Amino acid sequence: MKVLVPIKRVVDANVKVRVKADGSGIDLANVKMAVNPFCEIAIEEAVRLKEAGVAEEVVAVSMGAQACQEQLRTCLALGADRAILVQTDAEMQPLAVAKALKAIYDREQPGVVIFGKQSIDGDNGQTGQMFAALTGLAQGTFASELTIADGKAQVVREVDGGLQTVALALPVVVTTDLRLNEPRYASLPNIMKARKKPFEIVSPEDLGVDVAPRFTIESVTPPPQRAAGVKVENVAELVDKLKNEAKVIE
Amino acid sequence: MTALVVAEHDNRELKPVTLNVLAAAQAIGGDIHVLVAGADCAPVAEQAAAAAGVAKVLCADAPPYEHQLAENLAALVAELGAGYEHILAAHSTTGKNFLPRVAALLDVAMVSDIIGVDAPDTFRRPIYAGNGIATVKSHDAKKVVSVRGTGFDPASGQGGTATIEAVASVHDAGLSSFVGEAMAKSERPELTAARIVVSGGRGMQNGDNFALLNAVADKLGAAVGASRAAVDAGFVPNDMQVGQTGKIVAPELYIAVGISGAIQHLAGMKDSKVIVAINKDEDAPIFQVADYGLVADLFNAVPELETAL
Repeated sequence: MKVLVPIKRVVDANVKVRVKADGSGIDLANVKMAVNPFCEIAIEEAVRLKEAGVAEEVVAVSMGAQACQEQLRTCLALGADRAILVQTDAEMQPLAVAKALKAIYDREQPGVVIFGKQSIDGDNGQTGQMFAALTGLAQGTFASELTIADGKAQVVREVDGGLQTVALALPVVVTTDLRLNEPRYASLPNIMKARKKPFEIVSPEDLGVDVAPRFTIESVTPPPQRAAGVKVENVAELVDKLKNEAKVIE
Repeated sequence: MTALVVAEHDNRELKPVTLNVLAAAQAIGGDIHVLVAGADCAPVAEQAAAAAGVAKVLCADAPPYEHQLAENLAALVAELGAGYEHILAAHSTTGKNFLPRVAALLDVAMVSDIIGVDAPDTFRRPIYAGNGIATVKSHDAKKVVSVRGTGFDPASGQGGTATIEAVASVHDAGLSSFVGEAMAKSERPELTAARIVVSGGRGMQNGDNFALLNAVADKLGAAVGASRAAVDAGFVPNDMQVGQTGKIVAPELYIAVGISGAIQHLAGMKDSKVIVAINKDEDAPIFQVADYGLVADLFNAVPELETAL
């Protein structure tokens, strides 16, 4: 069985980003980029399926500009067997990404497709579910546990009230939550080996998908800033302020 | 112009967040229909019919909808949604699960997690963990939108007299089945709906120490939350996580105890009206957003706070 893992290049989770002064977007000039943390968890889960003998091959795929090659190389160093980049300078919105991935899916025929549950830039949280709709597959979103046995998948999902377990037909789409696993670090020998692994570049046109944007971001503004607060000396002063100044407790 | 709001419920009760979604639908304008899809969910349909501003409730009562499995629910919503300009649901784990699937089935984009409506096709939503607020204009004829509950004051759950119409359409994709669930049982209010939230972080050191926070929460009638660090360390279960990828809360009062204040955590609570931080590290970033900061050892301060309340 083959595992397909779509990944996204995003701003590093530790970077404090700023809105551009002209309100056209987020300033990403000279900002450190990384594999989206949830996608890293997805790669780790796929590699573990291979190590457990459930999967034979792990294919990482990404979409975007040439620079995305860097993040796909990271995935190869983390244990993916080969990489595919759908290279384009066009803005790829979630529905377009899902359509391009469906074309890859039709070609590769994986048994499991593991997505991150959301990217930490757009925070849309849509692509995995959209892909599942387009391919007609079952979806196990926000997974904290994945078991593949007896021709089906069992997924423990992190839901608002606690945990939910579902049984899903294969092939299956899984989106990762934080506690699915703890991703490994790439070792130097594996980084070297990654350079020799197969790396394919295709274009959205090759895949025959329409990637025209369906929405436009008219502007981006900074969030309202909180005024600086005060330090209180002790618990008594805190309780007094909450009762008499903020009036939020009685 | 008519909007379809997909109700959030557990087959017995309409979840309060649905009223916030109704408020978003009212901000868009036009008629509002509510879909209640579940099993033996008639009481929910009645509650939805009583909500202010609802013209009609569609009730799809069939076993495949019992657990809101996305494969079945999305097929139903996509079918019914053909007749609506807007399809809305809460940006909860239920809404986040099925709504993108609906959008793709209808071949339209989705606008996630809106906190404001500028026009029927233009919405405001946070991006980059709330470090930017994007104004997004949809070009599709149909708008599929998930709503952040705390972004809208709830519509009234009373005074409505909507008609209830049964939906016969049953979609069972046969792809998925419910196996079981482990839901947290708590007497305290739900995190996203609580007026006061007391949260603990890595500084709590272990799960047992959360008893200190529970004691304060019980005195205040508050919910108890946690930072990702506390959840990852196994102190408390995942459903307590407040942050970019956990729950978004905006209570009247948020008390952060032993939480350093990573941007991902701030994304989940910085819209709270009043923020209190208790931390022994005076340089902790949480103090930059706190209205009241107390630099103290939480193991002294929290019991003292409980006594003082």
